[in-house]
Amino acid sequence: MDYIKAFAVGGIICVIGQILISLTNMTPARILVMFVTGGVILTALGIYEPIVEFGGAGATVPLTGFGYSLAQGVFKAVDEHGLLGIFIGGVTATAAGIAATIFFGYLVSIIFQPKVKK
Amino acid sequence: MNIREQLNIGNYNAYVKKEMPKSKVFSECIRAFFVGGLICTLGQAIRNFAQYTLELSENEVSAFTSIILIFLGALLTGLGVYDIIGNFAGAGSIIPITGFSNSVVSSALEFKAEGYIVGVGAKLFTVAGPVLVYGISSSIVVGLIYYLLKLLGMA
Repeated sequence: MDYIKAFAVGGIICVIGQILISLTNMTPARILVMFVTGGVILTALGIYEPIVEFGGAGATVPLTGFGYSLAQGVFKAVDEHGLLGIFIGGVTATAAGIAATIFFGYLVSIIFQPKVKK
Repeated sequence: MNIREQLNIGNYNAYVKKEMPKSKVFSECIRAFFVGGLICTLGQAIRNFAQYTLELSENEVSAFTSIILIFLGALLTGLGVYDIIGNFAGAGSIIPITGFSNSVVSSALEFKAEGYIVGVGAKLFTVAGPVLVYGISSSIVVGLIYYLLKLLGMA
């Protein structure tokens, strides 16, 4: 059952992105920035948490889920560290993703050659 | 102008607007839905494996899933497979975290000829940079608001 929910929720989030791309011709970078920021804001408003509880990976795998982790991490760190937590929480919660992106991105860029554009 | 003779001009614009983009957008959305859904289903499988087989904690499950998906996105980009998926899936392959990884690797690979420092090293952040700048900054603003609301006893 959680696979069906993940499929449906993840699919719907991607359709929202597709509609934005089709109708406005936004570049992927713009879309990704919008989705991360959107994830942070929706989490702060308490809207994204129920979507994560329902959709599981369907809500955490799209880039809005990255925003969700950032916001959740900040809230938790503010509870634990007060004002300092504002700066500690976001990156702490997303450290694995950031480190993996940089390291694997670097590794792949070194090993592989760019494809010749036809 | 045969087309103008066949289609009355007044109807033509309405016809284009009604038929062409809509059916294109619709089929793009269907493809985005399926591929995006499939990537998230794969993510769910990785989550379940981390949670029930490896018995990791909740935070570790999220970290594990992100790392695997980012690795797969980067590897498939290097192999040239992800771009093929992307041509078919559109946003279905951009929005998931594998697409983030794909954008990061694509820009770094593209500028490899400029060297390992100002080429690969710098261009890794062409897409990752904006995402981190806006993601982290917005989380700090949100955290500050949360902190102030807590001070006022409202959160």
